[in-house]
Amino acid sequence: MKGFVSLSRAMALGFFRDRTALFFTILFPLMFLVLFGGLFKSAGVSKTDVLEVGAVPVIDQLPADARAGVDQVLTIKPAGDRDAALAKVRKGDVAAVIEQVNGQVVVHFSAADQVRSGTVTSVVESLVQQANLRAAGVSTPALAMSAQPVEDQSLQPIQYMTPGILGWAIASGATFGAALTLVSWRQKKILRRLRLSPVPLQSVIGARVGVSIVIALVQAVIFVGVALLPYFGLKLSGSWWAGIPVMIAGTLAFLAIGLLAGAAAKTPESASAIANLIVLPMAFLSGAFFPLDSAPGWIRAVSNVLPLKHLVSGMQDVMVRGQGPAAVLPEVGILLGFCIVVTTAATFLFKWDDI
Amino acid sequence: MQPAIEVGELRKWYGDIHAVDGVSFSVQPGEFFGILGPNGAGKTTTLEMVEGLREPDSGTVRLFGESPWPRNPKLLPRIGVQLQASAFFERLTAREQLRLFASLYGVPTKQADEWLALVGLEDMAGVRNEKLSGGQQQRLSIACALAHNPDLVFLDEPTSGLDPQARRNLWELLRGINEQGRTVVLTTHYLDEAESLCDRVAIMDHGRILQEGPPAALVRGLDSPTRISVESGLLPLAEAATLAGDVEVDDDGVSLTFATRTPAPVLAALAERDALRGLSVRGATLEDVFLSLTGREYRA
Ligand SMILES: Nc1ncnc2c1ncn2[C@@H]1O[C@H](COP(=O)(O)OP(=O)(O)O)[C@@H](O)[C@H]1O
Ligand SMILES: [Mg+2]
Repeated sequence: MKGFVSLSRAMALGFFRDRTALFFTILFPLMFLVLFGGLFKSAGVSKTDVLEVGAVPVIDQLPADARAGVDQVLTIKPAGDRDAALAKVRKGDVAAVIEQVNGQVVVHFSAADQVRSGTVTSVVESLVQQANLRAAGVSTPALAMSAQPVEDQSLQPIQYMTPGILGWAIASGATFGAALTLVSWRQKKILRRLRLSPVPLQSVIGARVGVSIVIALVQAVIFVGVALLPYFGLKLSGSWWAGIPVMIAGTLAFLAIGLLAGAAAKTPESASAIANLIVLPMAFLSGAFFPLDSAPGWIRAVSNVLPLKHLVSGMQDVMVRGQGPAAVLPEVGILLGFCIVVTTAATFLFKWDDI
Repeated sequence: MQPAIEVGELRKWYGDIHAVDGVSFSVQPGEFFGILGPNGAGKTTTLEMVEGLREPDSGTVRLFGESPWPRNPKLLPRIGVQLQASAFFERLTAREQLRLFASLYGVPTKQADEWLALVGLEDMAGVRNEKLSGGQQQRLSIACALAHNPDLVFLDEPTSGLDPQARRNLWELLRGINEQGRTVVLTTHYLDEAESLCDRVAIMDHGRILQEGPPAALVRGLDSPTRISVESGLLPLAEAATLAGDVEVDDDGVSLTFATRTPAPVLAALAERDALRGLSVRGATLEDVFLSLTGREYRA
């Protein structure tokens, strides 16, 4: 493609030298991530803290795999001083104190927090039962239970927010990139100048698409990199790489929206106003910032026709919900379909000239 | 020889405005052709139709025998265009700008860089185009139009908005481009520019070409009087009026001016009377041509 490389280079240089664009595409969304990531760090389903006074054989003598199961729910730490430990329960700092006096396992809990104390008592109760069974010589109980944490609905905030805010960042980067390039190139007569050069229009569009995809991937690397820091504690699931095609399809869809905004607008100011009007409400309606599980039905219905919803949920599926790569296929399909429809609309509005 | 440009009966309306109203001309290879006219005469519109940027409502355009509309990839490498508003990519330096345009035509970097020296911008190579002065931008824009060595160059008011010194420098550059054998088409609203640069000018007003020819021939064809001025009051008006047969005399308090078609006897008579203080002799210019064609003063 003649001119593709040099046009891409020019566009990339223009972007990376534009401090405002850099700020709004990378730093600004990153601030959201850092802010919300820090704010909601402890708001998730945290483990229940328990203090152990003296030796508690029921817990201490658990086989390693059983202990690991317990550790997924409870954080058990030894307490030095019994009175101090009980005071912590009273203040609500820990959920319970466990001690074992001869054959008696005692759980001290505060009735103020029924959920956590319920968790502790039921776990301890099951441990005591298991110990009784073993003591009675039942080595293979008639029924066995294993606990498996489910990570679909109840995502940690950082797990939810990283793909969400990244999706919003990619969407606004691509939309503004396309809209502003189109309008300012038209206004500055660069489009007409290119029309007089032997470069095919496909090279011009290809360069914009290529640069936008690179920018989206740069955003993704930075975002995921920051979220993976121990402080934020993002954990990527196995097929996270399947998020990349979703990002690319999302970039294409939002480039198309940007092209449409750029084709309709006359000045860069109106282009960015139009782009803002499209992307910002979409971010809230698509669950990019917070889950829509408790939103009214009509909002969820609306969100399904918004491309950002599909970009975000496609990324969430494979990056944090642990779904297989095939899970993104429908979302990628929807995003590409969206891109085709909107691009077609944009070509009808496209003008080489602003006069 | 096949003309470089052949234009026949071009017309263009913008709504009710008849911007170009039946323009025809042709330009031979190697010629320096100018379209001269006041703002709004239709120069840019004409040029854009010739370049293939605008579709004419009617009429024909042939560049080297080919139609430039719709976009004709065969012609594009042979023409170089400087648009009226300079078209630069944002936040690129002069050198990057030039290399980019060259690369669009497959011209190697080294050849592009030579143009920086040719337009005198070596010192500005690393400066972003937003920071260049008006004259530097114009020169860069011309370099970008020429980097691929086109046979035919279009320049739309390349010197408008420049200070007199920058204009003269640019004129030198443009002459050089033409002397290398390139065909140059230039629009301008400066009479002196057309007179000084062009082999042939077409004078345009209200979308029509009023007259066309070498500037000197247009002026000569006018048969307008030569104006001789000396200091006011050197001679009494009555005496001045008798110096030559066809003379018209006027004293505006600053200069005493004789308008005559036989300047020699007037000058001789003034010399005899030792009344040459502040002498200036002015022949007709394109301004007078415009005046006689339109009946109004030339106002750019
Ligand atoms: N895009 C346009 N839309 C409407 N009118 C235009 C447009 N371009 C030029 N005109 C009008 O056409 C006439 C010729 O303009 P133009 O070709 O730019 O003249 P010049 O280049 O000689 O100054 C002017 O009256 C101008 O106002
Ligand atoms: Mg003009």
